[in-house]
Amino acid sequence: MNIVVLMKQVPDTYAERKLQAGDNTLDRDASDAVINEIDEYAIEEGLLLKEAHGGEVTILTMGPDRATESIRKALSMGADKGVHVLDDALHGSCAITTAKVLAKALGTVEYDLVIAGSEATDSRLSIVPALVSEALGVAQLSGARKVTVDGSTVTIERTTDTGFDRVEGAVPAVVSVVEKINEPRYPSFKGIMAAKSKPVTTLSLSDLGLSPDEVGLVASTTTVESYEEAPPRAAGTIVKDEGNGGAAIAEYLASRKLI
Amino acid sequence: MSDALGRLDLLALDDDVADENRLLRSTVRKFADDRLRPNIRDWFESGELPARELAQEFGALGVLGMHLEGYGCQGSTATQYGIVCAEIEAVDSGLRSLVSVQGSLAMYAIHAYGSEEQKQRWLPGMAEGTSIGCFGLTESDAGSDPGSMRTRARRDGTDWVLHGAKMWITNGSIADVAVVWARTEDEADGTKGSVRGFLVERGTPGFSTHDVHHKLSLRASVTSELVLDDVRLPADAMLPGARGLSGPLGCLTEARYGIIWGVTGSARDALTATIDYACSRTQFGRPIAGFQLTQKKLADMAVSLNQAQLVARRLGDLKDAGQIKPHQISFGKFANVRAALDICRDARSILGGSGITTEYPVLRHAVNLETVYTYEGTHEVHTLVLGAQLTGLDAFR
Ligand SMILES: Cc1cc2nc3c(=O)[nH]c(=O)nc-3n(C[C@H](O)[C@H](O)[C@H](O)COP(=O)(O)OP(=O)(O)OC[C@H]3O[C@@H](n4cnc5c(N)ncnc54)[C@H](O)[C@@H]3O)c2cc1C
Ligand SMILES: Cc1cc2nc3c(=O)[nH]c(=O)nc-3n(C[C@H](O)[C@H](O)[C@H](O)COP(=O)(O)OP(=O)(O)OC[C@H]3O[C@@H](n4cnc5c(N)ncnc54)[C@H](O)[C@@H]3O)c2cc1C
Repeated sequence: MNIVVLMKQVPDTYAERKLQAGDNTLDRDASDAVINEIDEYAIEEGLLLKEAHGGEVTILTMGPDRATESIRKALSMGADKGVHVLDDALHGSCAITTAKVLAKALGTVEYDLVIAGSEATDSRLSIVPALVSEALGVAQLSGARKVTVDGSTVTIERTTDTGFDRVEGAVPAVVSVVEKINEPRYPSFKGIMAAKSKPVTTLSLSDLGLSPDEVGLVASTTTVESYEEAPPRAAGTIVKDEGNGGAAIAEYLASRKLI
Repeated sequence: MSDALGRLDLLALDDDVADENRLLRSTVRKFADDRLRPNIRDWFESGELPARELAQEFGALGVLGMHLEGYGCQGSTATQYGIVCAEIEAVDSGLRSLVSVQGSLAMYAIHAYGSEEQKQRWLPGMAEGTSIGCFGLTESDAGSDPGSMRTRARRDGTDWVLHGAKMWITNGSIADVAVVWARTEDEADGTKGSVRGFLVERGTPGFSTHDVHHKLSLRASVTSELVLDDVRLPADAMLPGARGLSGPLGCLTEARYGIIWGVTGSARDALTATIDYACSRTQFGRPIAGFQLTQKKLADMAVSLNQAQLVARRLGDLKDAGQIKPHQISFGKFANVRAALDICRDARSILGGSGITTEYPVLRHAVNLETVYTYEGTHEVHTLVLGAQLTGLDAFR
C-alpha cells in the first residue's frame, strides 16, 4: 500500500512569530522551522500502515527552500522518499491554492492513501485535507484517532462529544489525523544517516502545469488586511500560599470568569 | 531553541554544524526534553534510576556504542558521538555516564580487545540496550594508580579463577556483563603475569555486587562494588587482545573523549537556566541581569563555555582524522571539566537561594561535575600528563 503524507513546515510554536511588513505574510525566516506537530503523527501513522501492509511512504510538502530540513527529518523517521513543491511564485498562497497545488503534485505519485494532519499550527484553518480530497475527487475521512485498512476499504474512528463515529470509505482516500492516534517515533541515528541518500524530487509550478498567476499572493482568495502586534505579556500574578492559597486561586479564576 | 541558548552561541559555532548533525542534535535534545528532563529531579533525589528501560530507549535511538563499527553499531563520527554526549549531559552527568560506560568502556573493550565470538555474543545486544555492561578497573585501594590493583586471576587447568573486589563501578549491579581487569600470576612456562581483561557474566557463582549509597554526586547513576570471590571462568572469558595496563587505559581514553563534549552540555544547561533567571528576577527595582557584577559573571561563563565548545570541536576533528594523541584528550578533560565546574558554581551564585534547590539544574550539575572531575583520571592526573608533555619529566611518582 502506497501512502503519501502531506507535511507542512511551520514556525516553531514555542518561538515568537511575526508577520512581515509589506505583504502581511508570515515571516518564515524569523524563527526556527519545524514539522507541523500533527503532521508528525500523520507520518507515524503512514509508517505504521507501511509496516503492517508493505508499500512506500512518500512525504509531500509545499514550502520554501528550508522545508527540505523537515523532509529529511521525515525521511529519517523512516519515510521512503520526498516530493517538494518549491517555487517563489507560491509565496502567500491561501488554503485553496495550496490544496490545488498539492492535488496536482499528488498526480505525479502513486498512492492508495493520503494522510494529513488535522490542523497546521500557523494558520490553523483545518481545511486543506478537505480541499485536497475535493480536488482529487476521492473520499475524505477527517479527524481520525484510529485508522484501519482492509483491502480496498479504509475505516477510521473519530471522537465525538458522546463517543465516536466509525467512518468508512473506499481507497484511494484522504485521511486526516489527530494527536490521539499514536506516539510519533524519534528518528534513530541510523535513520538520520539513511535519510541522506533517500530521493527527494523537487517540482516547480511548470512541472505541475500551473502558471504563476494561478497561485501565490496574486491568486489568493483571502488577504490579510491589517494586523496588530500581540500586546507584550504582562507580569503574572503570584499567589503566595499563606494557608489560603486554594481560595485565592479560585477567586482569581472566578474574576476571569473561568470558573 | 530557547532565546538564551541562541544568545549563548557568541562565536556562531552553530553555523558550522552539518545538516545531519543538526538533525541528530535536535532529535537527541527532543528525546532528552521529553523523556529525561521531566524525571531527572525524581531520579536524582531518590537516587533511583530506571536504567534498564533507559538503556533500551538509548538503544532505539542508536546512541549506544554509536562510534564503533559493525556488530549492530552505527559507525558514527567522533563529532556525532560528542554531540550526543553533550545533549544527554545537558540533562544530567549521571545519564551521560550510563551511555559512556556502556559504549566507550564496556563495548569498546569488547570491540577493541575481544575475540570474534565475544563480539558476536555481546555487542549487538549492548547496542540495542537489552544487555548492559560495566567496566571494573578501580579498587578501593587502587584509584589513580590502577597498576597497584589487588584483584588476581589464577590459572586452574584451562579455567581462570578471579579473586578480589572493584569499587566505584558505574552500572555495576545492573550489568549483564562486567569487564573486569585483574592481574594474572606468572605462568609455569615463564610467561610474566600482567593485567588482563575478563568478561564476567551476571549470576556467575562467586560474583556479587553492592550498590554505593549516600552519594551527594551522580545520584542519577548506579554505582556499585563488584565482589569476586573465587569466580571460576572458562578460558574464553579472557579478552585476547589486551595485555597490560594499556588495555584499560585505551578504553579510558575513549570515554574521556565523550566527557570533553558531555560537560559542555551541563555547563550550557546551567548557563541558559541562569540567563533566563537573571533576566526575570528583579531586585532593587530592576532585573539582576542588569547589574554589572552579574554581567561580568555571565560574560566569563559564556566565554569559557564557547572556548570549551571550541576545544571539543577541535578534538572531534582530530579524532575523526585518526590523529588524536592521549595528551590532547587530557587537555580536553582538564580544560573542559574545570570550565564546566566553574560555570556551574558561578551560576549557582546568580540564582541566590533558589540555586541550592533541585528546582533549578545548576547545583545538581555542579555536584555531578565533582565526580566527573575525579573519574576517568583525576584532574590532577591530567595536569601531570600535560606537565610531562611540556617538560619531558614524569612527575607521577
Ligand atoms: C491569513 C493567511 C496568511 C498566510 N500567510 C502565508 C505566508 O506568509 N506564506 C505562505 O507561504 N503561506 C501563507 N499562507 C498559506 C498557509 O500557510 C497555508 O499553506 C494554507 O492556508 C493552508 O492552511 P493551513 O496551514 O491552516 O492548513 P490546515 O488545513 O490547517 O492543515 C491541515 C493539514 O494539511 C496539510 N498541509 C497544509 N499545508 C500544507 C503544505 N503547504 N504542504 C503540505 N501539506 C500541507 C498538512 O497535513 C496539515 O496538517 C497564509 C494563509 C492565510 C489564510
Ligand atoms: C561516581 C563514580 C563512578 C565511577 N565509575 C567508575 C567505573 O565505572 N569504573 C572504574 O573503574 N572506576 C570508576 N570510578 C572510579 C574513579 O575512576 C576513581 O575514583 C578515580 O580514578 C580516582 O581514584 P580514587 O578515588 O581512589 O582517588 P585517589 O587516586 O586516591 O586520589 C585522591 C587524590 O589524590 C590525588 N593524587 C593521586 N595520585 C596523585 C599523584 N601521583 N600526583 C598528584 N595527585 C595525586 C588525586 O588526583 C586525588 O585528588 C568512579 C568514581 C566515581 C566517584
